[in-house]
Amino acid sequence: MVTGVTIGSIYALTALGFTLIYNATDIINLAQGEFVMLGGLVAITLSKAGLPLPICFFGSVAIVTIVGMVFEQLAIKPLLRASTLSQILVTIGASLALQTAAMLIWGRESLPLPHFSGEKPLWIGGAAILPQTLWVLGLTLVIVVALQYFYRRTVTGKAVRACSVNPTAARLMGISYSRVVLLSFAVSAAISAAGGVMITPISFMGYTNGAMIGLKGFAAAILGGLGNPAGAVAGGLFIGVIEALTMGLPISGSSGYRDAASFLVLLIVLFVRPTGLFGSKSVEKV
Amino acid sequence: MSSFLRRHAGFIVFSAVMLTMPLFTSNAYFLSVAAFAATRLLLGTGLNLLMGQAGQISLGHAAFAGIGAYTSAILTTKSGVNPWLAMLLGAVLAAAVAGLIGMPTLRLRGHYLAMATLGFGEIVYILLVQLKGLTSGNDGIVGIPSLSLGPIDLSTPRAFHLFAWVVALVGLRLALNLSDSRIGRALKGLHKDEVAAASLGVNTSYYKVLIFMVSAVYASIAGSLYAHYVMFISPDSWTLTFSILLVAGVVIGGLGSIWGAVWGTALMMLVPEFLKNFNQDYTNLAFGLLLIVVMIFLPTGLVGIGPALRRGWDRVRAPRGDAGPGSSDDRLLDGASPEEV
Repeated sequence: MVTGVTIGSIYALTALGFTLIYNATDIINLAQGEFVMLGGLVAITLSKAGLPLPICFFGSVAIVTIVGMVFEQLAIKPLLRASTLSQILVTIGASLALQTAAMLIWGRESLPLPHFSGEKPLWIGGAAILPQTLWVLGLTLVIVVALQYFYRRTVTGKAVRACSVNPTAARLMGISYSRVVLLSFAVSAAISAAGGVMITPISFMGYTNGAMIGLKGFAAAILGGLGNPAGAVAGGLFIGVIEALTMGLPISGSSGYRDAASFLVLLIVLFVRPTGLFGSKSVEKV
Repeated sequence: MSSFLRRHAGFIVFSAVMLTMPLFTSNAYFLSVAAFAATRLLLGTGLNLLMGQAGQISLGHAAFAGIGAYTSAILTTKSGVNPWLAMLLGAVLAAAVAGLIGMPTLRLRGHYLAMATLGFGEIVYILLVQLKGLTSGNDGIVGIPSLSLGPIDLSTPRAFHLFAWVVALVGLRLALNLSDSRIGRALKGLHKDEVAAASLGVNTSYYKVLIFMVSAVYASIAGSLYAHYVMFISPDSWTLTFSILLVAGVVIGGLGSIWGAVWGTALMMLVPEFLKNFNQDYTNLAFGLLLIVVMIFLPTGLVGIGPALRRGWDRVRAPRGDAGPGSSDDRLLDGASPEEV
């Protein structure tokens, strides 16, 4: 259960990343998982260079944020007026390119990162819990609350939300749509990278890991209703717990089915209730 | 007659080149690569139909090819079913699964099919690895019998090359006809403006599901052909990365025309061969970057280079005229309006 919630937090952050970009642009960013992967791998490199862990964390988040912004400027911005199909295809291209680039830079092996504060388990209510787990849960909470504050209380955040409600009206009010998109990619890359750094001490990070976390985060975003931030977080935690439960099932090779479970959830949600468990029934305007 | 020849010149020349290839070379490696290109072309043509005509993305086409390959492999090695019957059953299974996925998701507007096929592709891959009793897991299935047509044995590179290309060319021809038919026009209409198409009486979700099933059948047959030729299959051939590469190839080739599949396939076969002397790891990087560059600078893909050049030429010749003929409706991908109010 604790394992489920821990990995679920990472899915939640990735799902939030999807949601932010989707709300601003209608793009399903299929390169989202690569931000998670880069977050982990950049932190590993910084840590190997002898930097203290907090610096690795923020340094990695900053670098990946820049990667996200550069990607947006190079590939998304020229296509802002093109169809959603071409925008999604560009993110697929970015995913392929980033993944291969990571393989060429960091190699094929998964790499470790030291735990943020030791590996000695804490005993809480009779259960052994890794301090890293608490870090993951705590930081995720901080990020979610900070985002909530940003989007509800600050002027910039309100501008972003205005754009997702009605881009044309927002533009008429003097909000720069292209800057909102850039900001969305930056924030989205940043929180995904943060998730990547946090989970690496527990599960290591290799160039393919991001794609899988990205897909789960994506399933979580759909489960919570695409575009619904609170739903994304709940969806992430739900997928994490489902995975942990699948691992415990008394079938042979149940751990191999762990990944299948979350995708099965994705398919069921898409078929039965495509607006997500927490999504409102959208009225299709013509 | 001459107008027939002119209309189909491209197809006739292309067929002639591919089918007479064994006359000029007996290099087994070369013919094998060319035969694989035929199976890739089938996959690409199917995906091009779906993406180019209906504007929907499938991120699970490797899985449909895997369904074909594994149905053929399992039925022929474990139950001794006739390979042709097994291939047919694989295609039926792929079509049925595509129908099941397509019906609920293609009813909705937006890119729900991409999401569903993504999940579906991963599930198929995991099942291929995990259902060891049926699929032998990561070890793969060995000893798949090769195909034969009556007394003609199709296992030699030359015979298989010919057969694979006949199938691929028939597939290409059918796709070309389909895109020119009532169905093709309905699909193009709904790609451009789904609401308008629906209001003109096009049953949009029916056509989308139909084309998705057709494209799954293409993939399944390609997978079966591959299995029978290589005689060995394992789950690694049907990953999400392969699905994504297929999408990249088809898009780089060009979505506006079925011929884009030919260009995309050629590129997908040539780039890895070219990089082999260098470093094959760069293949995916190359395709990722190419995909981005093509989307930004050449939304019609390689197949659009010709018309783009012609437009440029027209503009040079008639500097005062506007963009020239076909400049707006060729840019299929720009079809959607930037704002939907």
